[in-house]
Amino acid sequence: MTGPAGNGPGAGGGDGPGGGDGPGAGGPGAGGAAEAAVPAEAIDPDVDLHVPAQRAERPGPVLAAIAAGGALGASARYGASLLWPAAGPGAFPWTTFWTNVAGCALIGVLMVLISEGGRTAPHPLVRPFAGVGVLGGFTTFSTYAADFSRLLDAGEAGRALAYAGLTLVAALGAVGAGAGLTRLATGLPVRGGPRGRE
Amino acid sequence: MNWLLVVAGAVVGAPLRYLTDRAVQARHDAVFPWGTFVVNVGACLVLGVLSGAALAGAAPRSLNLLLGPGLCGALSTYSTFSYETLRLYERGRRFLAAANVAASVLAGLGAVTLGSQVARQLFA
Repeated sequence: MTGPAGNGPGAGGGDGPGGGDGPGAGGPGAGGAAEAAVPAEAIDPDVDLHVPAQRAERPGPVLAAIAAGGALGASARYGASLLWPAAGPGAFPWTTFWTNVAGCALIGVLMVLISEGGRTAPHPLVRPFAGVGVLGGFTTFSTYAADFSRLLDAGEAGRALAYAGLTLVAALGAVGAGAGLTRLATGLPVRGGPRGRE
Repeated sequence: MNWLLVVAGAVVGAPLRYLTDRAVQARHDAVFPWGTFVVNVGACLVLGVLSGAALAGAAPRSLNLLLGPGLCGALSTYSTFSYETLRLYERGRRFLAAANVAASVLAGLGAVTLGSQVARQLFA
């Protein structure tokens, strides 16, 4: 009754991730008057239940894509830690620093390309594989906190605070730069998203 | 072999982040990204226990690789955390953006410290 024929509440159960519900569900025109004037955009890039297409994601293929991406991302991070090992327990963890900063720049690029301004991914498994899996597996918050804690334990309080602060500033700067430059390149507003919503 | 242990941990950790994030959001609808906060702090707690156990000689190297760079590395995420912070800021939710940064860093550090201390007591 409300939605376009064949794309109603049944879509979540019967329609696969490869089916036709992805672009239509999130597209600007499909929601009709029932939806807010502004299309729902994710705050959480892993999964945001405010986005209907993500709420309806089927676990099987999505979890497989996330696991495969996570294995790739974690392998790259582990490889980097072997190539550039920390100099010692009191040394600045540059490898983890650059891993996190690079991953943050890339998530900014990715999310603008596949979710902002009414855009949708070319395939419903792109976000689970590349965003949740590869980039989520590549970057790490636990090692960041553990490095911070280890530097404090080693009596390097100044370096611990510098590491914690510098990572935050560089990671947030990287995600902002990645998203901002990609918006510029794709013609979206440089400051993303509607302000003051919710 | 070492690499396979990291992969085995990551294959569990990354989907576990997605499932936990969904479960938290389904029970607790909020603008604040509680799902990511929970997985990051949870991974910090596990990594703290692991490092405490390793210091006490109770965690073999293979378990360290499986759970450290593998499970906890993939379960936790800096990219999701930073993109969420950016989105909150751009939507005018500047207090929530700052709160996300402060709470995540402090709770993460606290969880690592707590886990490590508990493990040292347990395995000493």
